[in-house]
Amino acid sequence: MTETTQATISAEIAALHSDYDKRRAAGMPPLDSPLVDFAPYRSSVLRHPTKNPKLVDPESIELASPAFGHRDVAAVESDLTVQHAGEPLGERMVVTGRVLDGEGRPVRHQLVEVWQANASGRYIHQRDQHPAPLDPNFTGAGRCITDADGRYSFTTIKPGAYPWKNHVNAWRPAHIHFSVFGSAFTQRLVTQMYFPVDPLFPLDPIYQSIPDQAARDRLVAAYDHDLSSPEWSLGYRWDIVLTGPRATWIEPEGSDA
Amino acid sequence: MRGTPGQTVGPFFRYGLEVEGGGLLVSPGSPGAIRLSGTVYDGSGAAIPDALVEIWQADGAGVIPTAEGSFHRDGTFTGFGRVHVTDAGEYEFWTVLPDADFIAVIVFARGLMDRLHSRIYLPGRSDAFLESLDPAERATLVAIETGDGLRHDLRLQGENETVFLAYP
Ligand SMILES: [Fe+2]
Repeated sequence: MTETTQATISAEIAALHSDYDKRRAAGMPPLDSPLVDFAPYRSSVLRHPTKNPKLVDPESIELASPAFGHRDVAAVESDLTVQHAGEPLGERMVVTGRVLDGEGRPVRHQLVEVWQANASGRYIHQRDQHPAPLDPNFTGAGRCITDADGRYSFTTIKPGAYPWKNHVNAWRPAHIHFSVFGSAFTQRLVTQMYFPVDPLFPLDPIYQSIPDQAARDRLVAAYDHDLSSPEWSLGYRWDIVLTGPRATWIEPEGSDA
Repeated sequence: MRGTPGQTVGPFFRYGLEVEGGGLLVSPGSPGAIRLSGTVYDGSGAAIPDALVEIWQADGAGVIPTAEGSFHRDGTFTGFGRVHVTDAGEYEFWTVLPDADFIAVIVFARGLMDRLHSRIYLPGRSDAFLESLDPAERATLVAIETGDGLRHDLRLQGENETVFLAYP
């Protein structure tokens, strides 16, 4: 078990962000992705490429995408609160938004998958050892197909924050994992959606692996009162923009690649 | 519009992304079926037991499937596969050799911040991109023929690190 403290992790995060800010000040364009080499997330150390990705023009297969549809996904799968005999505990919520490409066009009739912890911060996954209760009425996985406007919608409960073993007293901000397909395979994205003004944001090395504040903000859903239903549920809105992996900055300063 | 950043798939993705028959693009033993397998490794050469591999490819005639229902396994070739690696870091698909230079592949893993795109080139096939690489890089993208199909390891880091891709 690691003895690394939050103070150590926070200092490492600050140093990496400061380095990013200096590069931005020197003219580097903003980064829309996480830094793959981000040691504060300890499991990443041996699991990230050390070479820059090679820039390549996509071929026809990469410009196409699998064609998911209603044959793959039943309508009921978008409601995570009706998968069992009873209703799950927690704050009932609807999360909805649009999947768009980089030009703002809707990604129509495409697959969105989500998975999440229950209201206590526990995953049903057998390897989750967090001593918080499982909810017999909550699995925490859902799927849907976007509509003609690229819109998805899930009914679920708000997940809890949960501890992990990255360092002593490490806690993940509440989040929902999203897996999204675009209109091209190059646009494939797996990410996490967060909730507004979470006090755990500055402490979390996964969220902070995105060094650009504006990019981090794009992972945070907005509370939308118009989406809340009287006597029933709260509403959150979150749009997803799929641009695909760009040539990212990994190489040392001074490189012209 | 600026893109939504990726985040790691984390440790608990299995039940969220499980697909029945996700690795069986065709039935093992059906005419033309090949086994495409490999191991996902980290920078110390250790197998990664919590990775997810997706492939996307044309069929044996070079046609890219467009029929709705890419998860369906009813005999129609959908071109898409998804598997969780085993505890030994192994992935395995049953598919057909596409009439194309490569199979598109994406790898996700706990500890990997963002998905990684790559290509699995078929032995004997090439294109201008593959030829633009130096021999060591090229070798990381070309599958090896086995008795019943193809073998292709994915190395996220280190010596023989797989070439990963970015798009303009
Ligand atoms: Fe999570």
